[in-house]
Amino acid sequence: MTKFSKTSAGFSRRNALRVLGAGGAAGLFAPHLLGKPAYAQTPPATPTGRVIVGLSQEPTVFNPLMPHIEVDDGVNFSLFDALFRIDPEGNIVPNLATEVPSQENGGISEDGLEWRVKLREDVRWHDGEPFTAEDVKFTLELILNPDFRAWRTAGHALLRDITVVSPTEITWRMEEVFSPYMSFLTETFIVPEHILGNAPDVNNAAFNQAPIGTGAFKWGQRLAGDRLELMANTEYFGEGPYVEQLIYKYIPDMTVLYTQFKSGDIDLVGQSYITPDNYAEASTLPDRDVILVPKGSVESIYLNMEKPQFQDPAVRKALYLAIDRAAIIDALNYGVPSPTETFMPPQSYYYNPDLPAHEFNLETARQILDDAGWVPGAGGIREKDGVRLSFANSTTSGAHLREQAQQFLQQTFAEIGVEMKIENLPPAVMWGEFWGMSQFDSAMVGITYLIGADPDVTNRFHSKAITAQGGNGSNNAQYSNPEVDALLEEGSRTFDPEARREIYFRVQEIIREDLPFLPLYAYTQVHGRKAGIEGYIPNTNTRTESWHAAGWYWS
Amino acid sequence: MPAFLLNRFMQSAVLLVIVSIIGFTVLNLIPGGPMSQYALDPGMTQEDMNRLAEQLGLNRPIWVQYLEWVWRLLHGDWGTSFRDGAPVLTVISRHIFATLLLMGSSTVIAIAVGTWIGIRGATHRYSIFDYTATVGAMIALSIPTFWFGLVGIYVFSLQLGWLPAGNMYTIGDGSVLNYLHHLIMPSVVLALVHIAIWSRYMRTATLDVISQEFVKTARAKGVSERRVLMKHVVGNALLPMITLAGVQLPAILTGALVTETVFTWPGMGRLFLDSLGYSDYPVVMGLLMFSAVLTIAGNLIADIVVALVDPRIRLA
Repeated sequence: MTKFSKTSAGFSRRNALRVLGAGGAAGLFAPHLLGKPAYAQTPPATPTGRVIVGLSQEPTVFNPLMPHIEVDDGVNFSLFDALFRIDPEGNIVPNLATEVPSQENGGISEDGLEWRVKLREDVRWHDGEPFTAEDVKFTLELILNPDFRAWRTAGHALLRDITVVSPTEITWRMEEVFSPYMSFLTETFIVPEHILGNAPDVNNAAFNQAPIGTGAFKWGQRLAGDRLELMANTEYFGEGPYVEQLIYKYIPDMTVLYTQFKSGDIDLVGQSYITPDNYAEASTLPDRDVILVPKGSVESIYLNMEKPQFQDPAVRKALYLAIDRAAIIDALNYGVPSPTETFMPPQSYYYNPDLPAHEFNLETARQILDDAGWVPGAGGIREKDGVRLSFANSTTSGAHLREQAQQFLQQTFAEIGVEMKIENLPPAVMWGEFWGMSQFDSAMVGITYLIGADPDVTNRFHSKAITAQGGNGSNNAQYSNPEVDALLEEGSRTFDPEARREIYFRVQEIIREDLPFLPLYAYTQVHGRKAGIEGYIPNTNTRTESWHAAGWYWS
Repeated sequence: MPAFLLNRFMQSAVLLVIVSIIGFTVLNLIPGGPMSQYALDPGMTQEDMNRLAEQLGLNRPIWVQYLEWVWRLLHGDWGTSFRDGAPVLTVISRHIFATLLLMGSSTVIAIAVGTWIGIRGATHRYSIFDYTATVGAMIALSIPTFWFGLVGIYVFSLQLGWLPAGNMYTIGDGSVLNYLHHLIMPSVVLALVHIAIWSRYMRTATLDVISQEFVKTARAKGVSERRVLMKHVVGNALLPMITLAGVQLPAILTGALVTETVFTWPGMGRLFLDSLGYSDYPVVMGLLMFSAVLTIAGNLIADIVVALVDPRIRLA
């Protein structure tokens, strides 16, 4: 049984701290085990020590092109590389490519349709084979292979004539201009053609259980249900890795995840991080660094715009006014998340800071409804033309914070003569057809709107993305506004960031006015790690804390 | 005996078919399904999710899926996990050792301590010991296991630092001592409930036997109290316990959902919960059949053992 096998590197954490690399003066601080570690450390010359990341879900999908969840992303970033990466500031930087193609440098043609990507020549797969343009071609074609269980195909489906010009150069044509594709490529990890190209069934290839990538870490072993061990790739072409072993430990309960962070069993709290209720205590823990990190997703009340209750803009405005947002943020979420008026993450280049600020004002809310002709009927619930202002709100059952927030909403809505019933469902039911085919009245949901850092939200707000009306996308609110449609189409054809910024500022203005969803707050995560882990930089433009584990090291 | 066995096998086969049909139907009737976990992924479209469902064969009628599953099972193919792409039997085998270790040790503790408390409670009926044991059993049965688990972690790991806060062993240290150190708290916490159940049954069974004529006869013949207890009372009182053990056998292998979660124990209970959460139908069905077979086998073994040790019972 594998459970008995010892790990090959018999380092304990203490040894890891003691054995400081040849990287210089760090040795002077070796006996500081009990105190605060010294500052201004440099990474060790050879990978040293081990970092144990605790995760509340288990990574299980190791073919990065197959359907996977956020925790799998962390592993993918360590094992694989993409053509480009997004840095914490939202800049797209080269990864396997040597430069980011643009219309200025000729990598993208004037009409935006022809792409040319130049690749590094010093990259090797973990098995020693060289990485070439053939691997890139294979990866892009595999995603579109109808027999392959690919994750999402948006963007990729536009590719035509993928051509290998040389081992370090590849070109393709896009069926239509689609500037967000650059961001999509930052999450498209390249897989080895020389291994998967020969697999009889890629869906069940041996590779999927023990992947071979080009990334900073190599596959070690997986103890299912317990943890995953990755080893440093000392041949890595990029920065790092500085730790010899990277371990993803699966801890299935959020309370226990935090307890093991306190007890020191794990070095770093990964997905789903520290819960807001533990933030205050966590920040006082000795020898732990606990920080707030804004996340790219927004919690909101989604209104199903096809329901008669929500078609009058006055109703949506009144509901938004009747949300006691401060109470939800401060009383329920311990002040951790931040208020927002838009789907765009506050730290994005495309975030519009000038949107009208929300206010909690029941008086104005009543006034608006009165003026719009919604008059109190049976049981004090307003109605107009036979439509009662009564609707259900649904979310994942058992999500305590959300359930409490629902009760807050229920109370304040009742005060303006609106009845909100709480009808929560188990996750598989909630996020199945009920959500996908817009069968809900209203939903409480946290959504990451952007892929990478690209501001394109066609998938969420374009009228052609309404699945319930035969479209293709995730416009679950069934929101339809011709002006927004036109702006989104223009935005996805435009490469210039300045010009795009103007477009998406306007999109945010219109959506703030139309209120197809009522923003509650922008998520903020509580990240925690042992003091002494250096090089840890959160990146809101990715879905994982481990987007750059290659840069981590123990001081 | 052969006729009995044949009969039981037939019954078992029918039972397994019924269990599998019910399990398969209920599982597939739940709306949503394995794709819903990707519904909120940025850039995910309903079209992509429909394509994936079709590739997995999930859009076919339930009975077609069921018959295909049965057909494959009859050929020894338990299917492939949706979640990690490994064969179901591989997935189960990866988790079985952890569960065996935990459940085995807690069962040993539960039987040893529970039997002793039960017998002593019966022989010292209405003593302080008996009352304490009764009240203790009620407390152990009525307080949820996760509470004991969390309190245990708080006291013995965080405050006193004597025992680890979970996990099967320290990463990088796979020594037997390290395993044992990690095993103490989860197996004791898990054993608490079983001690309670076991001691109550044992107490009742012992009381039943103590009042029997043959015990009085033995005492009348001048057999020592110790010998009466060991040879006549305990031996007979253990008979119903065999049946209880048979019923509990599947629980030993299918694991403890709550305890495994609290102590981050990578066993079958966790696997079951996770697979259910991800709508990983092949693994859930595999575990369901696995525990159905164990339940049937446990009962069968118990019946046979009881017949073997108790000459008054004949199997027919």
